[in-house]
Amino acid sequence: MSDTATEPLDCNEFVELVTAYLDDALEPADRQRVLDHLDLCDGCSTYLEQVRATIRAVGDLPAPGGLPDKGRERLLAAFRRRP
Amino acid sequence: MQPLPPDEELVRRLRAGDEAAFGLVLDRWSPGMLRLARSFVSTPDSAAECVQDTWLAVLEGLDRFERRSALRTWVYRILVNTAKRRGVREGRSVPWSSVGPQDGPTVDPDRFQSPREPYPGHWRELPAPWPTPEDATLASEVSAVVVAAVAGLPERQRVVLTLRDVQGYAADEVCSILEITPTYQRVLLHRARAFVRGRIEDYHARAVTP
Repeated sequence: MSDTATEPLDCNEFVELVTAYLDDALEPADRQRVLDHLDLCDGCSTYLEQVRATIRAVGDLPAPGGLPDKGRERLLAAFRRRP
Repeated sequence: MQPLPPDEELVRRLRAGDEAAFGLVLDRWSPGMLRLARSFVSTPDSAAECVQDTWLAVLEGLDRFERRSALRTWVYRILVNTAKRRGVREGRSVPWSSVGPQDGPTVDPDRFQSPREPYPGHWRELPAPWPTPEDATLASEVSAVVVAAVAGLPERQRVVLTLRDVQGYAADEVCSILEITPTYQRVLLHRARAFVRGRIEDYHARAVTP
């Protein structure tokens, strides 16, 4: 293992790894560096929590409606006409 | 929501002309398809036409569908191609191959200490925790901020964020729908989330400083 793989993370590096961390896409060594950093850093723990809150907020956006009735009818008619 | 039947059964029923099965996928997938189409084209009507055209193409191609991907992925891929073409025609969308991802940090480098300070690369000032959106007014204001932030994203980032975080699709399905690499998908998602987080942070900062 190279030195860079075991060196502690700085906060400005941590913030760029958040998405890979949440997708569980980090190499085990990098994942460990992220976890070690989180143990020590309140700022980055807050940052991570805010990214999670952001994901929830985006997921809570109001759902759009479905197809207009006329369009839906047209598609069902097209389906019935299939050979 | 009841789970859809497995693909094998679904495809068999669709090919056999089972209208109830078609109604099921039509109603289940169209809202998400409308939302995604809206990321590429300029009006809700235009998005509805994309979805309409996509379903017609699905009906036409159904007998040729080889199940190399999930049915939903295949339908969405047709949608994305339909919506991209229309977006380009409307002068709104740029061909995805023409511009690479932006790079550079997603958090303002001034937020971190410089090499001349005691803790280089560490927060100058820790991010301030956000209030929990327990009251409805705050929640709806944050929601408006999020809507505006998503609308302000570059197209590719908006499309990936919509699929991943609005519709909750897994990374590999999104790569498959958009025909992009896992790394590129993650770069786009990462930048999109960081941007939206930044807008929410700005909103909370404005809310506490009168």
